[in-house]
Amino acid sequence: MDDFRALKDKIAIVGVGNTAYGSFPETDDYGLGAEAFRRAVADCGIERDKIDGLLVCRVPYYARMGQILGLNPRWTITLPPHGRMSAMGIIEAAAALHAGLCDYAALIYTNIGRSRRVNYGGDESPGFWDPWGMTSPGAAHAMMFRRHMALYGTTTRQLAEVSVAFREHAILHPDAVMKKPITIEDHENARPICEPLRLLDYCLINDGAVCIIMTTRERARDLRKRPVLISGFGAREAYTESSIANFDLNFWYDEAQDMARQAYGMAGVGPGDVDAFMCYDNFSPTVLFALEGLGFCGRGESGPFVEGGTLKLGGKLPTNTDGGHLSNSYMQGWALNVEAVRQVRGECGERQVPGAEVVQFAAVTPCCRTIIYTPG
Amino acid sequence: MSATTTPAAAKPLPTIDPVSKGFWDLANRGRLSVQRCDDCGHRHYPGAPVCPRCLSKDQSWEPVSGRATLLSWVRFHRAYWEGFAPEIPYVVILVQLEEGPLMISNLVGARAEDVPIGAPMEVVFERATDQINLPKFRPLQG
Repeated sequence: MDDFRALKDKIAIVGVGNTAYGSFPETDDYGLGAEAFRRAVADCGIERDKIDGLLVCRVPYYARMGQILGLNPRWTITLPPHGRMSAMGIIEAAAALHAGLCDYAALIYTNIGRSRRVNYGGDESPGFWDPWGMTSPGAAHAMMFRRHMALYGTTTRQLAEVSVAFREHAILHPDAVMKKPITIEDHENARPICEPLRLLDYCLINDGAVCIIMTTRERARDLRKRPVLISGFGAREAYTESSIANFDLNFWYDEAQDMARQAYGMAGVGPGDVDAFMCYDNFSPTVLFALEGLGFCGRGESGPFVEGGTLKLGGKLPTNTDGGHLSNSYMQGWALNVEAVRQVRGECGERQVPGAEVVQFAAVTPCCRTIIYTPG
Repeated sequence: MSATTTPAAAKPLPTIDPVSKGFWDLANRGRLSVQRCDDCGHRHYPGAPVCPRCLSKDQSWEPVSGRATLLSWVRFHRAYWEGFAPEIPYVVILVQLEEGPLMISNLVGARAEDVPIGAPMEVVFERATDQINLPKFRPLQG
């Protein structure tokens, strides 16, 4: 059997597409998914009938999606509507393509949470600690951030650097939902949701869909765009404290370190080689935890590290150049992977990182995943 | 205020099932407990159908000291259940029991700002219903 590292540079992202982002009560999950799929197909110029793999995430019923798109694939996977699934899905598709379970895979993510008034807390997502009023992923991140503040002296002003940087990027991104500039003071004065977190630490909830089309490096040569290769990936789960959903007492540090070793080792690069970083940002503290876990800075040093615009375009580590979940769109990691592809292709216009060749996605969550993309 | 207006909407209650029943039986007698594996001695909470360390099905609820350390806290400004609406903003804490397991709970008898992370805590019980006596924590007295 191959080691997973045998997949280095073997699988390519060939097509990407996304809908507009916002509130679209006139359509549904399938309408959004179909639009993203049409755009990804047009992006790479593939014949629809060649697509023989289908992975769906947050789509109600994979078979209905297939019916709508005229697909009868020989490989189907459906993933739950959790933010941590994007890179998990891309890695699963890469393995399936490498194994020959399919030749071309379409990965479709849809979200109509805005129009459906999704809450992410209370009886909508029952949990073990509800009787004490503990609910929502935001509260779990607030609990972690308070501890980070106590252990390392991290401040909410440092946390604000994350939200401010991503908002600047969203303003440069035509698709992004949030366009109003914000300052550190705006962050500090925003209404508290679950202290120590405030409104501007929370991701958006909006409608939209994303599609990614993948194939092998060899097949990718016949398509329209320059392929973007998956050069490295890494994975580790942290389930030990899962009765408290979305929580880890050590900020997923050990798991992130583990996945970083896997991915950097596989790709033959290190954090210093990363030209742009796409970081799952359901809540702003996640970004700080990721920077430490992946080794962009030392443990406990993410607060000082992000001060002064480190994460902004032109900074030391341009991060979430599309605006991320905080200011672009709540596509649960999928749009960040699309942004990584567009950065490697050089398609990002005003928000392009000049000469971006190594672009990394990471989700530091109970399922840690990272992918390193490079030009094919 | 809530006592003189309409009856307060209910808060969510713990699920009592074959695994957790022992915990709530002891709580009703004012004792905090964790699940202890009869075979390997591993202590954990919440309860589980098998021991997460050795997979044994033989486990018991073992009373613990009730002493803990404050690890973190948050303050909710939004009520996800009507039953919590009258208490907004309310504090939720994370403690580590002296015996190891983590617990989410509420702070009693102090302002959160006055209790440093790392402070010693002790359990107190607040009755929610005839069946449920909820463990909460206050700064360790004396």
